[in-house]
Amino acid sequence: MSNPISDATGMIPLPSDGQSKLSKVMETLVRTILPVVLALLTSVVVLIVIGKDPWFFYSEVFRYGVMGNGWQQTIRLMAPLLLYSAGLIVVFRGKLWNLGYDAQYLLGSVVVAGFSPMLIEVMPLWAAFTVSLIMGTAAGAAWTLLPAALKARYGTNEIITTLMMSFIGIGISNMLVRGPFQNPDIHVPQTRVLPVADMFPQIPGTRIHIGIIISVVVVLIIHLLLTRTSFGLRLDVFGSSPKTALHVGINSPQMILILFILSGALIGLAASVDMLGYQGNLRANINPGYGAAVLPFVFLGRLNILTTIPFVAFYCILDTGGRLASLDSGLDTHFLMIVIALILVFMSVIEYFGVKKDLGQSYLPPGLRRAVTGLFDRGARA
Amino acid sequence: MNARSAAATHSNTPVVSMRHVGKVFPGVIANDDITLDIRPGRVHCLLGENGAGKSTLISILAGMQQPDTGWIEIDGQKVNISSPRSAMDYGIGVVYQHSTLISTMTVLENLMLGVTGGAFLNRESARSRLTEISAMLGVEIDPDAEAADLALGQQQQVEIAKAMWKGSRVLILDEPTSMLAPQAIADLDASVERLTKDGIAVIFITHKLREAYSMGDEVSVLRRGRLIASIDAETLEGLSEEKFTNAVLAAMFGDDISAIGDRNDVELLSGAKVATKVRTKSSRSDEKLVLHLADVTTPSTPTEFGVSNVSLKLRAGEVIGVAGIDGHGQSALAEVVAGQVRATSGSVFLDGDDVTKLGVRARQELGLRYVTDDRLHEGIVTDLSVALNLLLKQIGKLPYWKRGQISKPDVDAEATRLVEAFEIRTPSIHARAGALSGGNIQKLLLARELSHQPTVVVFNKPTYGLDLKTVNRVRKIVKDFAEQGGAVLLISTDLDELVELSDRVAIISRGRLVGEVENNSPDTARQVGEFMVGSAHSEGNHV
Repeated sequence: MSNPISDATGMIPLPSDGQSKLSKVMETLVRTILPVVLALLTSVVVLIVIGKDPWFFYSEVFRYGVMGNGWQQTIRLMAPLLLYSAGLIVVFRGKLWNLGYDAQYLLGSVVVAGFSPMLIEVMPLWAAFTVSLIMGTAAGAAWTLLPAALKARYGTNEIITTLMMSFIGIGISNMLVRGPFQNPDIHVPQTRVLPVADMFPQIPGTRIHIGIIISVVVVLIIHLLLTRTSFGLRLDVFGSSPKTALHVGINSPQMILILFILSGALIGLAASVDMLGYQGNLRANINPGYGAAVLPFVFLGRLNILTTIPFVAFYCILDTGGRLASLDSGLDTHFLMIVIALILVFMSVIEYFGVKKDLGQSYLPPGLRRAVTGLFDRGARA
Repeated sequence: MNARSAAATHSNTPVVSMRHVGKVFPGVIANDDITLDIRPGRVHCLLGENGAGKSTLISILAGMQQPDTGWIEIDGQKVNISSPRSAMDYGIGVVYQHSTLISTMTVLENLMLGVTGGAFLNRESARSRLTEISAMLGVEIDPDAEAADLALGQQQQVEIAKAMWKGSRVLILDEPTSMLAPQAIADLDASVERLTKDGIAVIFITHKLREAYSMGDEVSVLRRGRLIASIDAETLEGLSEEKFTNAVLAAMFGDDISAIGDRNDVELLSGAKVATKVRTKSSRSDEKLVLHLADVTTPSTPTEFGVSNVSLKLRAGEVIGVAGIDGHGQSALAEVVAGQVRATSGSVFLDGDDVTKLGVRARQELGLRYVTDDRLHEGIVTDLSVALNLLLKQIGKLPYWKRGQISKPDVDAEATRLVEAFEIRTPSIHARAGALSGGNIQKLLLARELSHQPTVVVFNKPTYGLDLKTVNRVRKIVKDFAEQGGAVLLISTDLDELVELSDRVAIISRGRLVGEVENNSPDTARQVGEFMVGSAHSEGNHV
């Protein structure tokens, strides 16, 4: 008499066939789209309560995020965010939680911001780009090495080690900006600014730099690696159960190292692409916070890169349009983070109900259920 | 029907009545409209296949589950058994199949764990309560012995004492006999008899017919969640063992009976007959030595023993059975052979080569396979398809993967072949493996491990929790594999199974192999039992 659920697997199935394909598709849609819809509706309520016009706000978001040149800005922002998402998806699929993304991103940024102005002076532009990209990528990957090794060797909780390493890494990147990479011409703590001519070229006829092409190509390659190769399947086995991975003969320590390095590398690459294509320099104490922004969306996309792309696009519209729309509406730009947080909240709630539904359990938590049914029981027992 | 007719002296009013009890899990009707009376001073046997709904019924009585429909009456009063605690308050005690004792604690400490109320432990009152219960059971239990030092039969007596700690009126024994040697079963029988004389109702769950016949006063048979047959005390008394067997088998399996195997198989599987060795061809001592453990030790965990200084020689075509109490190093033994756990000292040889330093995959390639007992969490990836699970250990290998890319036609063809060869019942090879029944998951694991030229296979509890049809099939697979020259290390907690299949039975206790019995006489089970009783403090003899 162990777990009734696993015992139940040996029992006789109900006559009905279970779920139809259509209802499965519906359920997936509900679980992915509904949190976003509910978050937007709630934000409308919040806007009304604080006396703003939600219709005006969201039409401004659309106007700045999509219309005119807005879509180009949106796509420009997608370049680093897609790479970022891929970096998170790779480790999360292995049920490893790399939460050191901020430092990995900032170290990638600072290395590129610091070295590329010097590289441009000594080598052709394409070579400088290549070397910079490699350096930024390597910096992001390097910052995962210690947590990865600890996890692989001793099973140390990576949530704690990556977070701690994140604080250290952010500190180091700020020190680098104020120290060796400080722009000697000004007193503000920031690196030298890359001349626009020495940044990524733009796609002809647009203001979108070629970073988006790099990003899409890399992200598709990673997607194929995860879904079409024996490595991807091993990763899925490892992610679903370390016990099975051991039984099957998967080299778990090696897998942990590969996943962390890949994750850090993709986040470092995201930083390099944004630096070379758009930012051009790095100021101290600046953290774009892209990691926290894409985090809910990689889960809404079920850790699948292709399904995450529309969510990232959605966020980029909200971000590009939302900043200007907030100004127009007299809102703080942090209002966007509230919308993101609301998505996370509703996602958790809907997941909770989804899991309860899958298990066939009551939607009420046990304590609450006892309290409710207890009212009736007392009558029955007396 | 037997000495226990003393039952008649007690009142015939049921102490516990289940009325129209029903319980549904997602996709499964576990209990369907079950009405059952448990009378004081009687042993009520609950018979049925794995998955018939016995466990669910018991967990409802024990307060671990609430019925969806129907109700329970105690002394004619409708009650709500809302938690294991309230079950205890109603005087319902359960002895589970798995040991609930903490092996590093003494008997007394284990017994006091369940006692609540009062911040301080009261050893003296606990001691006198234990003396009281020991007297009721007619056994002697050393309160200061460590739980791990007890033989299985003694552990079970402690479990019974634990279940009755707060004064039991109904004692539920969930399959208590599968690993018990004949002597220990006789002891248990005697204890149960004393309890029923005191007017306690005993619910005895088993799938062995001969025990139901010899120990039961009343018998109920469950099939597919329904109560199919009830035999009351008067009827049972008038039935010969043969007629009883026929009636119960018909109830347990209905028309499915012919699908399980021939009459002899069914009687062996259902425990109607005493198990005897079924393998005719045995390996000779001049066969090639394929697996050799030399003085192997692995680390222990707080909950399970590792193996210590285990030596063992397994020849081609030979089946060595490993008997012992669950958690005494069986998993460590299997895992150190498979390469999932590294030996801290000693060596593992495969075909004469030292493989101690080789990993799981390298050993697989040398023909070593491990059929794990944790089928659902270790054996398969529930979210992957049946096809991929069948080829889980071939990931990246030719011809199923070419340059890192899966070759769908090759994978599908091989999966289809295995599904047919092992009669895995699945809607399609692309169905989720987690959706299969327990029996089909086991067939999937066997298909995977027994393909691609295995030479040594470790089976860890290969028939545990399966329906009899699959049990029969699995045992036949093990037998056939050995007859074709395969070497088998068979770890099991079912003594009948070990007697049926093994050439030799080694006994494991506290991680050591403490003895070995040549399986060539009808006396094997008793001999194994002697090692298990006397094993606690003896030195490890190497096999």
